[in-house]
Amino acid sequence: MLRHPIRDRHIAVKLSTRNPPPGPFRRASWRSPLRGPWLTSVLGAALLSGIPVVFVTGLLSYVAYVPALGRNNLIGDPGLLDFYVFSWPTSPSWLYALTQGTHVTIGIALVPIVLVKLWSAMPKLFEWPPLRSPAHALERASLALLVSSTLFQFATGIFNAQLYYPWKFSFLSAHFYGGWVFIAAFVLHAVLKVPTMRRALRQRRLLDELRRGLDETQPETGDSELIPAAPSAPTISRRGVLGLTGGASLGLFALTAGQSIGGPLREISLLAPHGRDLGNGPNDFQVNKSARSLGITAADTGDDWRLIVAGGTNRIELTRAQLLAMAQRSYELPIACVEGWSTTQTWSGVRLRDLAVLAGVESFDELLVESLQEAGSFRRATLSPGQAGDRRSLLALRVNGADLSPDHGFPARIIVPALPGVHCTKWVNRLEFKRTTA
Amino acid sequence: MKLGRTYGAGTLHLLSHVAALALAAYAFTRIFAGGQPWNVVLWFVGAVVVHDLIAFPLYTGLNRLALGRGMRAVNHVRVPALLSGLMLLVYHPLILGLGDGRYERATTLSQDVYLGRWLLLCATMFAVSALLYAVRARRRQTS
Repeated sequence: MLRHPIRDRHIAVKLSTRNPPPGPFRRASWRSPLRGPWLTSVLGAALLSGIPVVFVTGLLSYVAYVPALGRNNLIGDPGLLDFYVFSWPTSPSWLYALTQGTHVTIGIALVPIVLVKLWSAMPKLFEWPPLRSPAHALERASLALLVSSTLFQFATGIFNAQLYYPWKFSFLSAHFYGGWVFIAAFVLHAVLKVPTMRRALRQRRLLDELRRGLDETQPETGDSELIPAAPSAPTISRRGVLGLTGGASLGLFALTAGQSIGGPLREISLLAPHGRDLGNGPNDFQVNKSARSLGITAADTGDDWRLIVAGGTNRIELTRAQLLAMAQRSYELPIACVEGWSTTQTWSGVRLRDLAVLAGVESFDELLVESLQEAGSFRRATLSPGQAGDRRSLLALRVNGADLSPDHGFPARIIVPALPGVHCTKWVNRLEFKRTTA
Repeated sequence: MKLGRTYGAGTLHLLSHVAALALAAYAFTRIFAGGQPWNVVLWFVGAVVVHDLIAFPLYTGLNRLALGRGMRAVNHVRVPALLSGLMLLVYHPLILGLGDGRYERATTLSQDVYLGRWLLLCATMFAVSALLYAVRARRRQTS
């Protein structure tokens, strides 16, 4: 018997629409009287202003590594995803401290807003029927990708800031390209939803809503799927939810920001991974990777240590005493880590450009810095002529008037304004000024 | 419009979705090129499963439990509990001492302080909430 395809499909859809499986697929199971397009839109508007800041500062961190030079690029071939790369400047010296501090701190402060936004839009994830049309299928796929990449980016970033790596992939590459997966889904979602958001925001004024207590809290009205069909009585006001979300966000900011901003905030940044007080000595500031963790021993950095400067007309080898006998310069500069913390100290040592002159280097396209550390992704870094040639760029020998401690890179380390901390190579034993063009 | 009927939405809808999904797919090929593709997939899928099918039912379930018990002034419990949970969620690697000692080796600092600090933050928030509750109860009694 021949069946009528269209009529059959029609019946199938009708039956399944009428009978969603029990549980979250049934609209009546969503009871919170606070869910609705207005609340979701307020949270969406907050994310619409916060997320771009985190994304752009994330890209700037990639730019700050100057990936085009030497082996600085640790994420593999970026393909077309590095079109925005520009020559990272050395002024202002706090540039990387600002961009990366913003990336990590604002990222962490957005966590409660993301979670409440997900809570508010949760009924959308359990729509029935699950697929209504090809358009609906694409929409759901992109939404799933948005949720998944959001959680992935926040989790990997926050774990990295705590030096916790419970996965097998490379953090740098997964977090960088994961950012592109995320932004693709985020921009699409924003483009599709901004008109809905603006409509919903016109329904209520934020200030009016903030005046309403629990007794005056009513469900939103309209035909949105987010509004519950059978709401229960409210147990918290809408301003309560917004206040709690904003307060949680501010709280996380306060508990974290001190490691980046410093000053009195450092006292209350109780949970910041790198916000701790190490004492009052000249070397008592945050260590990113200790000498011990990288296998640097006293024998490596003792009297036999030499600095090789190559690439000029004369290849030279200098002892620490010879370096100390050269003109010493002193600058107060921040060192800022990719994990979002920074600290400003007074560094002194020899200008990198003075070493170039001493070695007979006339001009160079890049400076390769190598450490005596044998393991780790950052045992070498390549600096641009602009970075190596800045008058404040030092091969630092001392900090705050004392010799560098082993953990801060004794006998010598690189300090360059606005350079990411992991490129301020410690335990330097070789500099090579290179020409890559004829 | 023919496309609209079979597809279910307008042309712009189709184009923007294909563009975004193609960019995302390209970025995935770059992540996979970095190695361990199945582990990457596991984390992307696992994140949604953990949030949507474990964390969400868990916290809404706990909430229903609290409401079902007719707990008076439920927000005095919910608010400090949520904030404590949020801090633990964000900083659990430090608080629970995860990471096989990497933090301690790298920074030369002990990781133990974070558990204590988090517990004290919890204690403070619950105590403040209790205090507010007591003040309110007292005010209700006298009025």
